[in-house]
Amino acid sequence: MKLDVNGRPYEVDVPADMPLLWVLRDVIGLTGTKFGCGMAQCGACTVHVDGAPLRSCVTPAAALAGKKITTIEGLSADASHAVQRAWIETDVVQCGYCQSGQVMAAAALLAQNSKPTDADIDTAMSGNLCRCGTYQRIRAAVHRASELMQEAGHVA
Amino acid sequence: MLREHFPNANPAAVTRRDFLKSAGVVSGGLVVAFCMPAGMRRAFAQEAAKPAPIPPNAFVHIAPDNSVTILLKHSEMGQGIWTSLPMVLAEELGCDWTRVRAEHAPAAPAYAHTAFGMQMTGGSTSTWESFEQLRQAGATARALLIQAAAQKWRTQPGDCRTEKGFVICGEHKASYGELAEAANQLPAPADVKLKDPKDFTLIGKPTRRLDSKAKVSGTAEFGIDVKRPNMLVAVVARAPVFGATLKSFDAAKAKAVPGVVDVVQVPSGVAVLGKHFWAAKQGRDALTLDWDLGAGTALATAVMRADYATLAQTTGTVAKTAGDVDAALKGTKVIEAIYEVPFLAHAPMEPLNCTVEFGKDSCDIYTGTQFQTMDQRTAATILGLKPEQVNVHTTFLGGGFGRRATPTSDFVAEAVQVAKASGKTVKVVWTREDDIHGGYYRPMWLSRLRASIGKDGKPAAWAHTIVGQSILAGTPFEKMMVKDGIDETSVEGAADAPYLASIAAHRVDLHSPKSPIPVLWWRSVGHSHTGFVVESFIDELSVAAKKDPLEYRRALLPADARERRALDLAAEKFGWGKALPKGHGAGIAVHASFGSYVAHIAEVSVEGKNIKVHRVVCAIDCGPVVNPLTVEAQMQSGIAFGLGAALHSEITFKDGKVEQSNFHNYQVLRLNEMPSVEVHIVPSTDKMGGVGEPGLPPIAPAVANAVFAATGKRLRQLPLRLA
Repeated sequence: MKLDVNGRPYEVDVPADMPLLWVLRDVIGLTGTKFGCGMAQCGACTVHVDGAPLRSCVTPAAALAGKKITTIEGLSADASHAVQRAWIETDVVQCGYCQSGQVMAAAALLAQNSKPTDADIDTAMSGNLCRCGTYQRIRAAVHRASELMQEAGHVA
Repeated sequence: MLREHFPNANPAAVTRRDFLKSAGVVSGGLVVAFCMPAGMRRAFAQEAAKPAPIPPNAFVHIAPDNSVTILLKHSEMGQGIWTSLPMVLAEELGCDWTRVRAEHAPAAPAYAHTAFGMQMTGGSTSTWESFEQLRQAGATARALLIQAAAQKWRTQPGDCRTEKGFVICGEHKASYGELAEAANQLPAPADVKLKDPKDFTLIGKPTRRLDSKAKVSGTAEFGIDVKRPNMLVAVVARAPVFGATLKSFDAAKAKAVPGVVDVVQVPSGVAVLGKHFWAAKQGRDALTLDWDLGAGTALATAVMRADYATLAQTTGTVAKTAGDVDAALKGTKVIEAIYEVPFLAHAPMEPLNCTVEFGKDSCDIYTGTQFQTMDQRTAATILGLKPEQVNVHTTFLGGGFGRRATPTSDFVAEAVQVAKASGKTVKVVWTREDDIHGGYYRPMWLSRLRASIGKDGKPAAWAHTIVGQSILAGTPFEKMMVKDGIDETSVEGAADAPYLASIAAHRVDLHSPKSPIPVLWWRSVGHSHTGFVVESFIDELSVAAKKDPLEYRRALLPADARERRALDLAAEKFGWGKALPKGHGAGIAVHASFGSYVAHIAEVSVEGKNIKVHRVVCAIDCGPVVNPLTVEAQMQSGIAFGLGAALHSEITFKDGKVEQSNFHNYQVLRLNEMPSVEVHIVPSTDKMGGVGEPGLPPIAPAVANAVFAATGKRLRQLPLRLA
């Protein structure tokens, strides 16, 4: 099957029911997207498909032919996306395992809603678990990323 | 795993062995390594023959390009030591902080914990146990660089100073990188002078993490991300109930799954090896297994709770006593309460995994572990190798919380068995269901408390009977930490509760029933139940005595108690006593653990059966602080982890099986439930404590006490549930 991941075409030979997560991690070799639960309960596997957040652990790769898949590796080349910069500035990460999914969920939220309220963040991000409990700094960092995006918008 | 378990542990004394520079570095530059005592040095003789870029006792490597690599003997699992430990070394080294990077050290004797004598991360000990050692290493490297510069410029070391990675003397200036090679040829000084803490420029300064960029861009390598040549992925079918044994199995259907390569039996079950996780998982699920379930099916939480309650009616092995408790409780109004907490899974976000690869006469293990020495020895025993033939490569840990510190090395041992049985390079990956079902839980506990109130309102008698499985029985820690039948981790926080000193008659005793359920330390260990129990019950007594809960605690604590400083700061910052919005209640709790003293005040409201925690004000006295950003993060983290357990999490058994399986029914805290947390640090020059765990114990009681304040309902069971 053919997949478009981070703007690159891939031809993979995998079972039709194989979730995108394992195609990304074990076949293509993009390990930034994480396995946490396998049943869309934790958000660690969040990627973008045509810009919208998607749980790759329960989505067969076969369903995504012709769509544009973006993983954490494709969000920016050098951690320069506003969400990544805000995450670094706010010192969000702890163990870091869930953070690829958190960053992807936040980037998708901000692409839809450039100035989210705390309630918007709760709604968009409560499906992304973090056992280290980085939630408070995540909230702050989403607001900070929103500011960084506005600043960049003004410059442009 | 407590600092208080080592009253005589003096990391400073232990670490005052010489550091030495180490020649033969392939990549050039200066290496300052830890000089092992003579007995241990022999182990390195063989290692020395191997050309290694950095020898397996190095603490810091300064390269000609001025980069400074700090080797961490501790594992980064979120707690921030990847940043705070380099800060300590860099403070004394005087290098340019922007050129500092960290790496996990290999498993080797030089990296043994200064109190535990083995390489490990746990007990909130990393910073205090290595503080002096890292300072010594940094100061030794700096002295060598100065000496090299002084020789070059034909001047005296005393005339040189250092500034951000340069040695300077009058007109002369040379970077550490330029001097590193020459410094590496010099003998290490016998003694070095450490900085006066008042001159610290890095220690104590809020400093951002060094691992952020890798962790927000998906490039940080966790164990589950490891890829080795020709590696297969394995998923293991394990016993459905604890103690079951495999009678027979049929792998035909599993082998028919596309991508499945091999199926092997191992002591823990049957492993299916595939080209990728999906094949291995599908294959594992297609196995036909015939188990002899044995007596394990009789396990039921309801039965265990009833048994525990019966046991609690009798006095167990006494851990702490003073006065005549039974006499003091006679003929007075006794306040009695039963508190219960459930089994808990750690459920780190990264499911357990371990990769094993064999060399000619060696074995390489790649995993996120808290227990390098244990894992190395266990693997060596299984394979008939010497420990030094087993190379442990520590990756980032996607959370540990104690689960990656098993005295049995369960997940490492199993992966080694799979590799041994198959002869393949293999990465064993657990599913979330495997993790939730796999045991090594925080024990279930039941506490029975009785107290009487004296005329002054203070407790006159206090009897606390604890029932719960011993974590340490049967482990290598038993000798050190089980004394006179008391597992210290069962009674910590209860037998040494700070109020007991002012209660004339008191007794804390313990029953340690056995069960087939494997138990383990779970973030804050025994304090995860005693904090809840003691701080809830003292709150009950304050109500019975008609006293303010804060004032009641203060009156029972010695004037110089560090608990009081934490309480007072939290109360001041919260505005204790001020009016709250209608329907809101405030609860307070203070608990000392792992050498630190933490008070939380929680503000909650109750809507129907839902407990909403709006705000938590936290104050901590952990002694001198290395990185305030880390302290703040760890307090938030302990609160979130503890709050998930207080509101949601429990592992229960029916017919021997765990009734939960994944995050839909083993619930943990989610973002929408995270209260606003304010962290305040008590300025303190007292003994340094830990921060990874101490934020947890006081959160459940603070919330339960707040629920009582808001509703008048006393909740004595975790998770907290309003009927």
